[in-house]
Amino acid sequence: MGQSVNYLGLIPLFPLLGAVLIGLLHVFFSTKVKFSEKFYGILACVGPVLSFILALKVFIALKALPPESRYLSHKAFTWFSVGDLHIDMGFLADPLSCLMLLFVTLIGTLIHVYSIGYMGGDKNYGKFFAYMNLFLGSMLVLVLGDSPVVMFVGWEGVGLCSYLLISFYSEDTSNVLAGNKAFIVNRIGDLGFVLGMAFLFWGIGASGFDFLSLKANVGNLTPAVALAVCLLLFVGATGKSAQIPLYVWLPDAMAGPTPVSALIHAATMVTAGVYMVARFSFIYSTVELAGNIVAWVGILTALLAAIFGMFQDDIKKVLAYSTVSQLGYMFAGVGVAAYSAGIFHVFTHAFFKALLFLGAGSVIYALHHQQNIWKMGGLKAKMPKTYLTMMIGAFALAGCPPFSGFFSKDEILYSALATGHYGIWMVGVLVAGMTAYYTFRMIFVVFHGTPRDQEAFDHAHESPSVMTVPLIILAVGALFAGFLNLPAIFGGSQMVTHWLAPSLSEHHPHASHFLEILAIGTSVAAFAIGIKIAYSKFGQGAPEPEFKGFAEFAYHKFYVDELYHAIIVQPYKAIGSIIWKTLEPNVTDSPVKAASKLYMVIGTAFKVFQVGYVRIYAIYMILGLSLMSLFLSQSLN
Amino acid sequence: MIHNYLFLSIILFCLGIVGVISRRNVFTVFMSIELMLNAANLAFVAFSRIHQSMDGHVLAMMVMAVAAAEAALALAVVILLHKHKSKLDTNVFSLLKG
Repeated sequence: MGQSVNYLGLIPLFPLLGAVLIGLLHVFFSTKVKFSEKFYGILACVGPVLSFILALKVFIALKALPPESRYLSHKAFTWFSVGDLHIDMGFLADPLSCLMLLFVTLIGTLIHVYSIGYMGGDKNYGKFFAYMNLFLGSMLVLVLGDSPVVMFVGWEGVGLCSYLLISFYSEDTSNVLAGNKAFIVNRIGDLGFVLGMAFLFWGIGASGFDFLSLKANVGNLTPAVALAVCLLLFVGATGKSAQIPLYVWLPDAMAGPTPVSALIHAATMVTAGVYMVARFSFIYSTVELAGNIVAWVGILTALLAAIFGMFQDDIKKVLAYSTVSQLGYMFAGVGVAAYSAGIFHVFTHAFFKALLFLGAGSVIYALHHQQNIWKMGGLKAKMPKTYLTMMIGAFALAGCPPFSGFFSKDEILYSALATGHYGIWMVGVLVAGMTAYYTFRMIFVVFHGTPRDQEAFDHAHESPSVMTVPLIILAVGALFAGFLNLPAIFGGSQMVTHWLAPSLSEHHPHASHFLEILAIGTSVAAFAIGIKIAYSKFGQGAPEPEFKGFAEFAYHKFYVDELYHAIIVQPYKAIGSIIWKTLEPNVTDSPVKAASKLYMVIGTAFKVFQVGYVRIYAIYMILGLSLMSLFLSQSLN
Repeated sequence: MIHNYLFLSIILFCLGIVGVISRRNVFTVFMSIELMLNAANLAFVAFSRIHQSMDGHVLAMMVMAVAAAEAALALAVVILLHKHKSKLDTNVFSLLKG
């Protein structure tokens, strides 16, 4: 049996309290008393740090338990109870959520520290940190929720916060539109999640709707319902984790401040979808078709995003598409039932993607909010710390051994190969090469060669240590996180996989060493080819290319946004306009209008009695009183 | 014997009603209302006598107090009305006409 520990609820509570406190201070005092930025910054870091300490405590407590009963739970209170549905505000920490907890709080904390420097001088400094704390708190609710409903609270919370933070620079309309887009696209996914939950409840919810009861009763689910649950939940995941067809919001989400991008891409938000699929692995593992769909959607997203990533000229957009692409890998991993590999990629990705984003933020900060890579160049000399750390992040992202990204990506590709998903494996290897290409294209253009904009180059400077220290910590993570799950072929013991095993329903295929070496060999070769092409094209500095033909098509992201606009947004607007201009005034409003007309008529009829002379009112009064007296005297008899 | 007082009270009350309904001068209307109040007083006192109790007297005293207060208020209103239109004809004041 698991233990009940009451500090579990505190983990999300600390950042949420921080959000409330900072928010109130900002709203009520920002005009009267000027709190220093340091004050807000330190206040904002307290919550994440405390959460991280508690996460470590959870980890130690779990480690002390025997593997098969490794979970801690805490029921704060009964949230609601309707018919068979009893929902507790309960928290559950098992190895899976514990792993998520550790890196979410660690990376969240580092990003908060970094933001102290990056957001310096912003007039909405307090508001920013309130949102950031809320974001982290929501993510922790999502991770720790012990039932799909509590998870959904966090799920919606991160959606809200992403909206608030993406449109943080709200003076600019395009930022607000980007925020709207993220929110609306996420809503579409959320509908899938809600429907999935409804199906799940309909299927097996009557005997308990928390994860442990669901897992125990999953055998009672009919295959058709299980498939529906899996697919609908996956729709939710495509929204939150930016997969085809709902990936379009993530690149636009770059409108927010860079630490927000880092938080969205690394620690919170986009990893939620993968986490959710892994959390529901007990259902996904029973429906092979759903797993295949997840895997194929994932790997195709990886391919598509990699193509887009090769032709972007905004440093943050390159990184955004790389995230979409890596998320595709993760889904391919969980799709082929290698849940631990998918989660492990989430884990390593969090380090190197946070690192790359914060590094990009450092570059952007140094160049006074210049994001176009064709205005950069030669920054290696000016920003050595940023350059070195970003280089580590790039190697990890591109999957170069022995950086962390290599091990996790290789694990996914190997799992695809071992389970016989050869198509997924081949696309995955191709995408690995493309990843190496676009990552190093970005690195070479930004840091190598000669400056393209001499004036900006002259003003560039290394960022303050409040920004570079988090970078260095993350770089260490990006370098060494992979060794935590070192496969047996390198003499490791796959610690993460074994750690996660009690939470996940996966069966490790027993495959030959030949396949393992084949997987490693091909992905290293793909990496080498990708970086070779990137170096030959951009290594010595290159002029801004003209995008023609296919490149132009890819630069405009295959016009997917325009397509969605034409086939979804426009018809919706047309329907809305029909309802607004035709249906509403003529159909739905008519009973209301008729009612008001009726009262007008009645009013006109009664108007004649209102003559305005006081004598006449006296007559009415006397008549009324007389009638009352008459009635009274009648009833007395 | 005592019933005659009640008949007198009814007659006075009806006179008051007729006055309120038919007269147009604000003062006359006001005086008619006072007449009705006094008719009611008379009835109270007469009933008090019939039932051999003091309740009616108490009520009559209260009606007098109310009438005094009402007179003070009503006269003030009359003055304001006169200031407003320089007339005391009730037909002039017909703002409530629908």
